[in-house]
Amino acid sequence: MLTEVQLFALSPLIILSASATLLMLLIAFFRHHGTNATFAVMGLNITLLATLLVWSWVLENEPIAVTELLLIDGYTCFFSALMIVTTLACCTIAHTYLKEFPDNREELYLLLLLALIGALVLVSSSHFASLFVGLEMLSVPLYGLVAYHRKRSRSLEAGIKYLVLSATGSALLLLGIAFLYALCGTLSLPAIGQQLASQGDDLPFMALAGFTLILIALGFKLSLVPFHLWTADVYEGAPAPAGAFLATVAKIAVAALLLRLISWFPIIASSALQNILILLAGLSMLAGNLLAMHQTNLKRLLAYSSISHFGYLLTGLAAVNFVSLQSSMIYLFTYTFATLAAFGVLSVVSVTHKVESEDAEGLQHYRGLFWKQPYLAAIMMMSMLSLAGMPMTIGFIGKFYVILAAINSSLWWLIAILVVSSGIGLFFYLRVIVALFLHAPRIARLRIPFDWGRSACGAMLIIMAVVIMLLGVYPQPMISLVGLGSQ
Amino acid sequence: MIPDSMFLPALIALPVVGGFLCWQGERINRGVPRWIAFFSMLAVFVLSLYLWSQGGYDLPAGNGETRWRYEVNWQWIPSLGINFHLGLDGLSLLLVVLTGGLGLAAVVCSWREIQRHVGFFYLNLLWNLGGVIGIFLALDLFLFFFCWELMIIPMYFLIALWGHAAETADGTEGRGRVYAANKFFLFTQTSGLLLLLSILSLVFMHYFNSGALTFDYVTLLQSDFPMDPMWEMLVMLGFFVAFAVKLPVVPFHSWLPDAHAQAPTAGSVDLAGILLKTAAYGLLRFALPLFPSASQQFAPIAMTLGVIGIFYGAIMACAQTDVKRLVAYSSISHMGFILIGIYAGTLISLQGVVIQMLAHGISAGALFIICGEMYERLHTRDLRKMGGLWSRIAWLPAISLFFAAASLGLPGLGNFVGEFLILLGSYPSAPWLVSIASVGLVLAVIYSLWMIQKAFYGESRGHSSKDTSALPALTLRERSLLLFLMLALLALGVYPQPVLLISEGPMQIVLDVYSSVGR
Repeated sequence: MLTEVQLFALSPLIILSASATLLMLLIAFFRHHGTNATFAVMGLNITLLATLLVWSWVLENEPIAVTELLLIDGYTCFFSALMIVTTLACCTIAHTYLKEFPDNREELYLLLLLALIGALVLVSSSHFASLFVGLEMLSVPLYGLVAYHRKRSRSLEAGIKYLVLSATGSALLLLGIAFLYALCGTLSLPAIGQQLASQGDDLPFMALAGFTLILIALGFKLSLVPFHLWTADVYEGAPAPAGAFLATVAKIAVAALLLRLISWFPIIASSALQNILILLAGLSMLAGNLLAMHQTNLKRLLAYSSISHFGYLLTGLAAVNFVSLQSSMIYLFTYTFATLAAFGVLSVVSVTHKVESEDAEGLQHYRGLFWKQPYLAAIMMMSMLSLAGMPMTIGFIGKFYVILAAINSSLWWLIAILVVSSGIGLFFYLRVIVALFLHAPRIARLRIPFDWGRSACGAMLIIMAVVIMLLGVYPQPMISLVGLGSQ
Repeated sequence: MIPDSMFLPALIALPVVGGFLCWQGERINRGVPRWIAFFSMLAVFVLSLYLWSQGGYDLPAGNGETRWRYEVNWQWIPSLGINFHLGLDGLSLLLVVLTGGLGLAAVVCSWREIQRHVGFFYLNLLWNLGGVIGIFLALDLFLFFFCWELMIIPMYFLIALWGHAAETADGTEGRGRVYAANKFFLFTQTSGLLLLLSILSLVFMHYFNSGALTFDYVTLLQSDFPMDPMWEMLVMLGFFVAFAVKLPVVPFHSWLPDAHAQAPTAGSVDLAGILLKTAAYGLLRFALPLFPSASQQFAPIAMTLGVIGIFYGAIMACAQTDVKRLVAYSSISHMGFILIGIYAGTLISLQGVVIQMLAHGISAGALFIICGEMYERLHTRDLRKMGGLWSRIAWLPAISLFFAAASLGLPGLGNFVGEFLILLGSYPSAPWLVSIASVGLVLAVIYSLWMIQKAFYGESRGHSSKDTSALPALTLRERSLLLFLMLALLALGVYPQPVLLISEGPMQIVLDVYSSVGR
């Protein structure tokens, strides 16, 4: 029987599930884009409020375990709040993006909410059963989101690609879980952690194989090299809001889970598994940046850049010391804001520069944007500078923390790779920035007049830009926030 | 009355705020940004001169007494021990004055050259200058790195957006301004990450030894934890390479000629006059005092690199046909002297370095301004297409001769004092190297006079061979700008004492740390 406190801890999940259900009914009876979108956003806001309440309660009292399955603590709440805010941003992007959408628009919000439920379960899971259920609840709506443009063959192709590879990842994950279960006889994460810790430093082969499989499965979801092959195609095919969700919430949830696993199984860090993490990090940084170098498609470029960013994240994570948890959390935070801003601008440009029902993905759409829409272009520039890790943007603080963690553990080779690949990375971020300032081609593309600054997406973009700059110059609030999440 | 502590933040804030106003001012009309930029830099210059006039810089640091004439220390990121810590001593002051003066020159010289997107141009120029001033004032390693990286982005835009298109298709000149800007950015940014790694290594070493996480320069300087020599050498090399790319020292120099050739005039002035000095400043302020014994060990190599730079730069300068590339290579050559002077480690050579930094900033800046003015009139930078200009442009040739003479080290001008002091001061510690280096002065004469000969004497050549008509004379703006720089250089050459006086304190401190370890 659930106690009141446990119910309270579950309230964000309950509210969110209720909103999703109600939204579904609302769409069935009253299909109206504005109303449905507003309802989704309201649901998210109440969920956010509930999460913050739970967070403050947890900080004052103690972490709440809801049965064996879920554990709600500061860490969970930090990531829940981050993901809810991100989903809100995705909703505003979607609202703008769907303005001219020829098909049913409203279900996109429903899919976003459903996927978010999965993500929230994932970050609070303390049991392999809830972990797996969460991961699938996150993945299944994503297939729909990616293939949302169902009359566009590339979108469908991307959806099927994601389905196949994501299912493969899930299968590997199940096999890994099975190995661990066979060894320990329990699915509870803390219990497995205790059993393994009591066996000393040498991991049994079964556990090693199990963890390797789990790491590979998570590697698929995070699109780490060499499990990255699906990424660029899926990003390219997915409509912009779905791409934004895929690049942020879907990855935050899995990365948060990985962080959690490492804190439960510290043995991962002290064994051969750390070498796997280091290898994945190094490969992802290098390959991600190298592959992005010759992209002229912004979505593909962002896809490869996200590969490299999770390489950076893994660098901080593989360091496994007192700053690595904090550095990973800060990195995720910074990456999220920069990526959302990039996708937001992409959506606005897609709406205003629509060519043959394609998104504005080619860099040629951005040529000379600064001279026509200086603020929009400035936001894009800030996002790119932030992704490149330049000072005065939030991305610099993230990279700073990662290097801090890596130096602390003397991972010199990994740091060398990080420096080299950041250098390569600059090259293509600069290409995007330069394109913004070049002279526009003499083709009139501005078909639809759209005052982006007054739309919800515009407001979101301006907030993101302010956050990127402000926290880049004065990061203390962000560091304190992460401190609250990592207690 | 403004409290003293506000002066230093104001020095940074003036260009930054001014730059932002320039961007917005373009909405009114094109002239507004120019005047805003002019007055912002004028304010910086006047403020820095005011701070100079207040005196009090000649005091060497007493026991427990602060060595900073003005100081600001605000909390910034407390959880990492990072503070917004600015300090001004004689060395910083001189370089801030140089930045103010040359910044003013850069604003004035681009008055007519820049016609497109004027507001955004001045935004970049002023933010770059703001970042540079931040570098000269920062006393927190994080803040220093922050400004170090920060000045790169606006410079990148200056080159990429307002740079010259590639002139001809022969050889390296064929590649355009975006190529040059990318090269500049990649070189400086990657070396910047190396600097960050070195800073973090140092900070963590301090943390492991003392348990206090801090990026504060003074704290790190005063802590005397035992450093593993190998480790100290590696971290010092990280600092050195980052600064060497910016200085530039010869194996790391290849971005400089491209960047200069393609940059607009103001960008070149900024780059040669001020940005290169940040590297010398970094060596003097950070690399030497923080790692004295590793620097001592490294000194022979650094000085050899300096000599190589002197000769390489000078010989390459002799072979250039693009006048801006010629001046760029001559900068590499002059920076070789600075490198020798810094690592020689005597008070005279260090004082020479300070003078040389100022003098080279002014003379190279002026030469680039002259190149820009010639380009505005001739639309070429190719020396083979010039010639016979002496009779065609009023004022310009004579002024060029003045600055070329300064660059070759004519007594009476600032560069002579700098080079003389450097060679004199370095002779006791490395007689052979210094003897070889002084031969480099002969090469300087060759390329400087060759440039003047090609451009101004002889017959008109190239596409305008028949054209001997007069070209527009220098305007009042151009004349007064160059006159201002001439006077500064002359003053530095004839009476360098005020400068030497206020730089003596900081240089003595550098020297005390540097020579405290046994050779």
